[in-house]
Amino acid sequence: MNDTFQRQLYHYSALIFLALIALAPIWVMVATSFKDDVLVQDGTPLWFFFHPTLENYEYILTRGKFDRYLTNSIIVGVASTIITLLLGGFCAYALARLDFKGRALMANSTLLVRMVPPAVLAVPAFAFVTLTGVDSDLAVLTFFYTALNLPFAIWLLFGFYKQIPVELEEAAIVDGASPLQVFFKVLFPLMTSGYAVAAIFTFRIAWNEFILALLLTGRTTRTLPVGAAGFITDTGIEWGRIMAMGTLIVIPPLLFTFFAARQIIAGMTAGAVKG
Amino acid sequence: MTVLTQSRKPRFAAETMTPYTFITPAILVILGGLLYPVFMAFYLSFYDWEIGRDLAKAPFMGVDNFVRMVQDPQVWEVLWVTLRFGFWTITIEMTLGVALALLLEKPIRGASFFRTIFILPLMVSPVVVGLIWRYLFDARIGWINYYLGAFFGIEPQVWLGDADLAFFAIVFTDIWQWTPFIFIIVIAGLQALPSEVVEASTIDGANWYQQVFLVKLPMIKSILVIALLMRLIDVFRGLEVMLIMTGGGPGRATELLSLHIYNRAFDTQQLGYASAISVLLILIVFAISTAILTMANPMKSKSDV
Repeated sequence: MNDTFQRQLYHYSALIFLALIALAPIWVMVATSFKDDVLVQDGTPLWFFFHPTLENYEYILTRGKFDRYLTNSIIVGVASTIITLLLGGFCAYALARLDFKGRALMANSTLLVRMVPPAVLAVPAFAFVTLTGVDSDLAVLTFFYTALNLPFAIWLLFGFYKQIPVELEEAAIVDGASPLQVFFKVLFPLMTSGYAVAAIFTFRIAWNEFILALLLTGRTTRTLPVGAAGFITDTGIEWGRIMAMGTLIVIPPLLFTFFAARQIIAGMTAGAVKG
Repeated sequence: MTVLTQSRKPRFAAETMTPYTFITPAILVILGGLLYPVFMAFYLSFYDWEIGRDLAKAPFMGVDNFVRMVQDPQVWEVLWVTLRFGFWTITIEMTLGVALALLLEKPIRGASFFRTIFILPLMVSPVVVGLIWRYLFDARIGWINYYLGAFFGIEPQVWLGDADLAFFAIVFTDIWQWTPFIFIIVIAGLQALPSEVVEASTIDGANWYQQVFLVKLPMIKSILVIALLMRLIDVFRGLEVMLIMTGGGPGRATELLSLHIYNRAFDTQQLGYASAISVLLILIVFAISTAILTMANPMKSKSDV
């Protein structure tokens, strides 16, 4: 009894220690975002303090173009997520359930295209911009994010389809349902957790991505990460403001984590553990 | 259609048409947004195209860009930086992640809460990760210098201005962000092990070390290899954290291959040459991905069950 207690004590101490390491840098950002410039420039670490200032947030929300960046990020994130789930859902369904020529090739190549490095896309994206003159269209960015996310979404949803027993669809087909009806009426309700996982991963990529957003957006179409990087200038960094921006950017992914940690872990481990 | 398939699949009347209507939209987007750019990179790698120059007037170079690449000491330098970065980050992340997973695998109350905390670093935008650590490593107001001075009496260091220290800084940052990934994956693998096997080894008198090194680790070997290869691919794909933290400097001390392509293209403005290096990057990532696929392709193995 005593022995188990001691082991649990060690176990919890280790977990708490690790949790603090994971959290500390994020907390430093949040704390810095509530400091005025004098406090930041002082350089003495201050984890908690009594007079938080909102002036960094005030500056960002009123004098920067935060609302514009936020709107752009939400539009691109939501649009690319919905399109990715719809097209990816269709494709994964066909791969999991239907027989067709080229199925094996497609199943094999899906994971390969998933690995295309963003740096490889940078120059062609720039070429696209100079050739077409379209350099600040959110639709273009949405299209690239959809392409970037589709392979992983297809692969993830494929795994979820495979867990649904075929009998359900067979019954519907015998009753005369078309493939589309099977997809939306029979399978969709059973796939909600799969779509939730795919949605989180897709939205997160679109929300966080920087390189393509930098190349494909103009003054009015910048997304949040591009806006944040704009605070880095040759003359220095206004740490309070940029940390306030960083804190605001991190809020949605952190909320996802707290509400859907199980799904995120499922998506992360799906690649290695189930294979 | 009379061919016997091992798998059970629902049969629709118009079976030859339907699958293609389901996959075509996704394929078109992937072709346009991923494969066309890759093709474009190959195409551009044969031209001397620079920012500000009309692409139609860019001179055809044949394989000159590739010849130049092979002889370019900068390319070799960043390849070496990338490999060193990969070696240190992956070795430390795997060791730490696996060790922690082995120590903490026993299910206890609150484990899921801690796991939620651990994946937070993975969810933070790379740009924000770069910003946070650039601040922490700042020479004048950074907290790392402060604590090193307060606890160990170490003089303030110009972390991001010194080649070795900057390299250490990006390795450290990567370890902070990605060790949880290994930890989470390995824990999932360990908890999925059939308990009979582990119990049997206990009955046979195996001690903790024997159990770890002779039973548990060998049984999750494929998980470990896949996790390692996934991290290796990320080493070749990532650039945003370094772009924000150091921009690749000082010199090229923290310039990974991906970041080098970006800097070549948009800093020195040699788009054609940057594309040639992109082709090299594509080939490297393709080789690693193929290795992963031959070991485990869930879409292939499960489809015939």
